[in-house]
Amino acid sequence: MQIKPVLVALKKHRLATLLIALEIALACAVLCNAVFMIASRLSAMQLVSGVDESSLGFIQLGGFDPKSAHDLNARVVAGLGAIPGVQAVRVINSVPFGPAAGAFGVTLDQAGKQFRGVPELYLGAPGTPEALGLKLVAGRMPGAEDYQTVLEGYLPANSNVLVTRVFAEHLWPGEDALGKTFWTGRNQFRVIGVVAQLSVQQYDEEGERGAQWTVFVPVQPGPQLAGTYLVRADPRELDRVMVDARTALAKIAPDAVVDHQQSDTLPALRTRFFQADRALTGMLVGVIVSLLGVTALGIVGLASFWVAQRRKQIGIRRAIGATRGDILRYFQTENFLIVTFGIALGMLLAFVLNALLMKFYELPHLPLYYLPLGAIALWVLGQLAVLGPALRAARVPPVVATRTA
Amino acid sequence: MFAYYLDLALRSLKRSPGLTALMVLAIGFGVAASMTSWSVFRAVSGDPIPWKSAQLFVPQIDNWGPNGRSADGDPPNAMDYTDATALMRDHRARLQSAMYQISPSVVPAEASKHPINVSGHAVFGEFFPMLDVPFLYGSGWSASDDANRAQVVVISSKLNEKLFGGTNSVGKSVNIERADYRVVGVLDNWNPQPRFYDVVNSGGFDSGTEDVFLPFQTAIQANIPNDGNTNCNAVPKEPGFAGLQHSECVWIAFMAELDDAAAVTTYRDYLQGYAREQQQAGRFAWAPNNRLRSLPEWLDNQHVVPSDTKVSLLVALGLLLVCLVNTIGLLLAKFLRRSSEIGVRRALGAPRSAIYAQFLTEAGIVGVAGGVLGLLLTCAGVASVGWVMPKDIASLARLDVSLLLLTLLVAVVATMLAGLYPTYRASRVQPAWQLKSN
Repeated sequence: MQIKPVLVALKKHRLATLLIALEIALACAVLCNAVFMIASRLSAMQLVSGVDESSLGFIQLGGFDPKSAHDLNARVVAGLGAIPGVQAVRVINSVPFGPAAGAFGVTLDQAGKQFRGVPELYLGAPGTPEALGLKLVAGRMPGAEDYQTVLEGYLPANSNVLVTRVFAEHLWPGEDALGKTFWTGRNQFRVIGVVAQLSVQQYDEEGERGAQWTVFVPVQPGPQLAGTYLVRADPRELDRVMVDARTALAKIAPDAVVDHQQSDTLPALRTRFFQADRALTGMLVGVIVSLLGVTALGIVGLASFWVAQRRKQIGIRRAIGATRGDILRYFQTENFLIVTFGIALGMLLAFVLNALLMKFYELPHLPLYYLPLGAIALWVLGQLAVLGPALRAARVPPVVATRTA
Repeated sequence: MFAYYLDLALRSLKRSPGLTALMVLAIGFGVAASMTSWSVFRAVSGDPIPWKSAQLFVPQIDNWGPNGRSADGDPPNAMDYTDATALMRDHRARLQSAMYQISPSVVPAEASKHPINVSGHAVFGEFFPMLDVPFLYGSGWSASDDANRAQVVVISSKLNEKLFGGTNSVGKSVNIERADYRVVGVLDNWNPQPRFYDVVNSGGFDSGTEDVFLPFQTAIQANIPNDGNTNCNAVPKEPGFAGLQHSECVWIAFMAELDDAAAVTTYRDYLQGYAREQQQAGRFAWAPNNRLRSLPEWLDNQHVVPSDTKVSLLVALGLLLVCLVNTIGLLLAKFLRRSSEIGVRRALGAPRSAIYAQFLTEAGIVGVAGGVLGLLLTCAGVASVGWVMPKDIASLARLDVSLLLLTLLVAVVATMLAGLYPTYRASRVQPAWQLKSN
């Protein structure tokens, strides 16, 4: 296929060619950046909680008198435990994707000089790590003696705690965390076990807190820890169990109000937590589809137009020996050239756009492999879009040449 | 003459219905897709108090020193009790308020009803005029109420509905944490998103409403603890809420109204002077490192609007741009073929202006049709946003009429410009030559 005659013909339609190329360039730039954003949303939604989500539910009660906390806890644990299908009920302050319940700044020393960020604390009654399904990678789970009664404030003065592998590595890079201590205010923590994963309650990507910056503090429930419960059931029965639990609570705890927003299964809480990300992804997919659709329509429109305009020339070429394939390839080559021109411009544009976004919005760098991917997508789109008009052109009979316009 | 051009344009468009439909659809979809996403993204990145955000400022005081600063050298994003009360006492801005989040229980008058937990803020009286908070009944409290630690409260219309059946409850009493407070004001619907006065605690967006506002010092005296974030760089020396007040822990939000550049400069100098005083008094062992950010800068600094959202806005605009370029290209291709037609009209005596009028009419029809289609699709799009978006965001998404009109205008003007160029080219050529060449 000779490229020169195609280029000469394009020169006669400089402006239209330029506009389509510009459109493709814009599409390329927007496409690369939008796909990159979708990819980053999707990877954010893969957040690993480290607990047996499909088996777990969370109940939050409010409006009760703190003085009746002990009594309430006892009633709820016994009452919910009696629901058929419930495997465990534990008092816990919150769960991953549940309400934010306790973020504490921690230091490596008692004087509070070596600040190491603000992890989230999980407080739970005996049996909670087992009910959550935490995976221990080093050390031991808290034993019965580790669950202390809190006399004042929110935390015991000295506790034996579990930390996640990621947070242990953050506190003591490259060292064995077992037996090490850290502090929050006047409260001391000693690491007795390291768990594989346990994500924070409400992870904020743009915040300073890592997704796995958590500490599990074993405590006995009491006034400082009441009204919030972890329910474990068989995954197949979880939905029914949670419905039953909410109905049962009216009888078990008439003095408290069920927070229906927060009291749900973990899969439901997770879905809700990522709702905005999903919506954004959906919106971006919509934008990309419209974008590709409009670009394809533009190519189809222009190509059809050119085919109609050049019927006579096509007829002449056919009459002097060009095959249908030659005509088809002519339009395909033409499209390829325009798209290539557009892509070249578009890659530059995508890069500039990303650089600007990085500068103003602290967005990560667009990985370079997105550019060839975007280019291939647009080449394929261009070839598909031009196929219809090009086939129509190939069907123009040679006899057209003999007719007057 | 216009009617004739309209007729001509419609005939011409009818001759290539496919291409016409393509152009109209391209504009319509472009307008609709970009406007729908714009309305959603704007909802979450919008200015919560556009008429005043430039006058509202958030001061930050470095009471932690170099070790407590963020990576970019910023001081803590909240204040400790000492600094917050000092700034209130000095009262250097026209209006200002320190505030902290509370979550007290309210005991309804009827014994049969259970106490309810509500959330709200402890603020100074100037909070209400500063933020133009709308009142259904009554008003905020006075400076003397603040000073005298008066037992007064401002409640939301929702809580008013629950406790008093929606009647005017000003002067009635509410039991909060087992003490009686006199209602001085009932808010009209007020739930600004993002919750700009205390973004550190709300994370910006919070679908729950704020039900009670108590005088700051009254709440402190009544021992109603902070329900929001508390950050400490060192262990409070005394336990409990009193210990928190005497510590360097930060847990108080602060906002000040500064009406002009001079007031901002004066306030900046005041903060500098305050920090220097603290340095001289030995409390700070470092040079002043204050910040004074306007509300929009503060929201940006606290990443209230995820950067992805802002970028999506650009993506939506990119789509509109692509659609416009697309339509211009198609119109160009269509019009550039019409030189023979123009030649005939010119030969028959039509002046250039008549040619322009005819083609601009045709291009204008495409633009208007596309615009109207876009308008309808945008309405449908915004109405169906609730299906895909979270409720608290979808409820914020509304059509920005002025912006929509602007987009329509852009669409029509762009198509007309697209019509202009080929007409210009065609009308430059000698009519006789065009006729011959055919």
